[in-house]
Amino acid sequence: MTYIAKPKFHHPGLKKNELGYTHRDYEGKISTLCAGCGHDSITASIIEACYELSIEPHRVAKISGIGCSSKTPDYFLGNSHGFNTVHGRMPSVLTGANLANRDLIYLGVSGDGDSASIGFGQFAHSIRRGVNMTYIVENNGVYGLTKGQFSATADRGSKSKKGATNTDNAIDLVAIALQLGATFVARSFSGDKSQLVPLIAAAIGHKGASFIDVISPCIAFNNHAGSTKSFDYVREHNDAVNRLDVLVGRDPIAVDYAPGTVQMVEQHDGSKIALRKIDADYDPHDRLGAQTFLQKHAAKGQIVTGLLYVDPDAEDLHEHLNTVETPLNTLEADTLCPGSAMLDKFNASLR
Amino acid sequence: MSDKKPISSVNDFVVRFANVNGSGSASANEMFARAILRHGVPVSPRNIFPSNIQGLPTWYEVRVTEHGHLGARGGVDMMVAMNPQTWDKDVAGIEPGGYLFYDSTKPMPSTKFRDDITVIGVPLTAITNSTYTDPRQRQLFKNIIYLGALSALLDMDPKLIEQLIGEQYKGKEKLLSSNVHALHLGRDWALQNLKCPTGLRVKKSDKVGDRIFIEGNSAAALGAVYGGATVCAWYPITPSSSVAEAFTAHCKKYRHDPDTGKAKYAIVQGEDELASIGIVIGASWNGARAFTATSGPGISLMTEFIGLSYFAEIPAVIMNIQRAGPSTGMPTRTQQCDIIACAYASHGDTKHVLLFPEDPAEAFEFAAAAFDLAERLQTTIFLMLDLDIGMNHRLCRPLKWDDAKQYDRGKVMTAEMLDEGRDFGRYLDVDGDGIPYRTYPGTHPTKGSYFTRGTSRDRYARYSEEGSVYADNMQRLMRKFETAQDLVPRPLQANAERPTKYGVIYFGSTTPAMDEAIGLLETRGHQLDRLRIRAFPFHSSVASFLAEHDFVYVVEQNRDSQLRQLIVNENGIDPVRLVPIVHYDGSPITARFIAKAIGDHQDHLKVTPLRKAVS
Repeated sequence: MTYIAKPKFHHPGLKKNELGYTHRDYEGKISTLCAGCGHDSITASIIEACYELSIEPHRVAKISGIGCSSKTPDYFLGNSHGFNTVHGRMPSVLTGANLANRDLIYLGVSGDGDSASIGFGQFAHSIRRGVNMTYIVENNGVYGLTKGQFSATADRGSKSKKGATNTDNAIDLVAIALQLGATFVARSFSGDKSQLVPLIAAAIGHKGASFIDVISPCIAFNNHAGSTKSFDYVREHNDAVNRLDVLVGRDPIAVDYAPGTVQMVEQHDGSKIALRKIDADYDPHDRLGAQTFLQKHAAKGQIVTGLLYVDPDAEDLHEHLNTVETPLNTLEADTLCPGSAMLDKFNASLR
Repeated sequence: MSDKKPISSVNDFVVRFANVNGSGSASANEMFARAILRHGVPVSPRNIFPSNIQGLPTWYEVRVTEHGHLGARGGVDMMVAMNPQTWDKDVAGIEPGGYLFYDSTKPMPSTKFRDDITVIGVPLTAITNSTYTDPRQRQLFKNIIYLGALSALLDMDPKLIEQLIGEQYKGKEKLLSSNVHALHLGRDWALQNLKCPTGLRVKKSDKVGDRIFIEGNSAAALGAVYGGATVCAWYPITPSSSVAEAFTAHCKKYRHDPDTGKAKYAIVQGEDELASIGIVIGASWNGARAFTATSGPGISLMTEFIGLSYFAEIPAVIMNIQRAGPSTGMPTRTQQCDIIACAYASHGDTKHVLLFPEDPAEAFEFAAAAFDLAERLQTTIFLMLDLDIGMNHRLCRPLKWDDAKQYDRGKVMTAEMLDEGRDFGRYLDVDGDGIPYRTYPGTHPTKGSYFTRGTSRDRYARYSEEGSVYADNMQRLMRKFETAQDLVPRPLQANAERPTKYGVIYFGSTTPAMDEAIGLLETRGHQLDRLRIRAFPFHSSVASFLAEHDFVYVVEQNRDSQLRQLIVNENGIDPVRLVPIVHYDGSPITARFIAKAIGDHQDHLKVTPLRKAVS
């Protein structure tokens, strides 16, 4: 939420994507978050993913709630409309926006306070409705803007900066999203851009409710010993099940994969995801298996990351509602209003 | 029988049905009301129902009114007492000289009756049980049998009821003929065994005209269809649920593409009222016309978003079907009790536009207009209905639509305008009316985007905590609210025959009772000028009306005279000159109540000279 404008000039030789946009065209204002904040790395990953996908920046609507994470949409895609709504209510506003115009790309940015506490219900219901969106939670386990209170994703037994021990059980948003029927579920780490960028790109290409839980350490209030959301802790306990490459456009990047190590997933928008297996037994098309796998590893204190579940043939809310292909916000009286002759008939039926 | 003479009246009486909720009586009772309409005689029915699905008492009251008085009258001339639970209260409520209709299958002790009324016993259960074996059939046909008996007692034309049955069961021959049979079972028994007709009679007339018979919620929902609403998000709550249900039904009929079958609308049942208004705000931000329907508790939950709509300037339409509060209050009883809650909803300095339709016809018009107003003013518009209008069938003028009408989408800057080099400041007042331009998301690759937020910002939507920038914006919002005054429906004034220093202000569902009360007051010699308020912010004519009269009564259906408070607050009026007339027991206000309250005050004024009273 900065008022500091970012200089627009850039090196003339800067690389351009398919649409002729440079990386800079996907940037926003200068971040006002703390230096070293994990959220800024996620911002950079979103910029990178949108550049790689050659998305027209103004065709994205970025919607957030309240909190540090929810400020970040001001720091990327400066030519997109953004909406910093009210605390915990990003999902409903995004749902409404999506109903009004199905042609835009919807990026929902939220935090753990926003999605696991005050907006837990809205998170759940937008997922179960299958809203076509990319829902990113920038998860740091604390309330940053109000200076370090535990959030609902803080693990039981983890310590606050002031030394208090969290006695409440943690909410695992990934487990919940899987249970509620999200059709694209991933977890990543803000410190692992090479994993995060293709995950965001793949989520944007997915039609349906995509959910990414990004562990994003809070440099100011949750990066100490005893925290389970610190940079050191997450690096030590990160258990990636796969890495992925997103192949887009007519000229996919030629990558050679050793046979048997890669699973190709074709997405609704024509893009392909090449999933490089790390854990040979992990099947990202098995919702039940994913849930069991996550719980087993969580019990061992491991943080499972990667693309955890994807259903490439998913349906979205518009299909459930059978809405017209034309965005509803472009319809006018000539198609929406039944007219006076119909009204006369209606009146006649009420006498 | 005492010497009290039985009431004798043609086309002017009240019949009240006392039933058990869930017994299937509603459709028979409604058919009774419709049958009288078919005689060309206006009726005004009211459902008095519990917050319950089955078992609790429910009443249906039909005022038969040749003169077209559509407000509740008060008092009962004939009680159709079908509910043993409420027998004592029901019998006690009959006017002296009135009639009691009951099921005489089981003998009742004489202490259960009154000697100043006419008691009419029909062995309904005995007739039903000797004809039908299936328990559900017995239950349902019993209702039609009493309808048949009543048709004889009230001298109604059975052909007109048969016609209604024919329309209701069109294509279902078996149901049709069995219902007609049941009707005649009751009618024939009454003709053979009772003195028919009673003193209460229905006589064919021509007072209904081309008027229609419709519930306010259905009319408001149709107004949303005609007004171009494409997104509806709602959470079930009495008495508003039937708005969304009617919108669904109307859309199924009018809003599917004939070729593809696809829907030109989206309806979401939210997980709560917060989500419902959030969906509305999101859709409206993105350029669709969206609304929600709710009642008091829902308004309480929505207030944070309503503040966002006010401050970030996002259109929204909220239909508030008011019920008796506070808290859960009386969920199935009517009141006009959310005036203050809606006018100033949310924290901080806020003011919102309210529309007050008087009946279903105006609910249709105002619902459609609400979407134009919301987009023109870029803020929340409340359509303030109540249970009395929303959930009762009301006789009203036919709904009208002008096919030449285009929607007013308000100030929207397009890609072409941006390319022409127009200066776009999301919160920039370019026309002096306080209303800035907005852009829809996705308009232009490099121009016109902005970051919408509930935090303070400057005219170009840039975050700012500067005091002067904040104040500048708040003043513009006030200017915008002043602009609204001339866009909303104006008050309607009707003056007394002779010049008078007394006036009365009223609104919404009070209207039919007020119109009738004026007549009652005139017979007592009281002349009153009337002003029906149809919207907030108040038009300047409200201030003029107040200035022209020494005393103005403000008639409303809440305890705290909320509209009066709003008038005093917004016009800086001496409160002593505004006399509150309040009715708030959850029943609809009656002409008798208003006439008595105003008449008593007027009589009092005549005893004490006015100058002394106010000095």
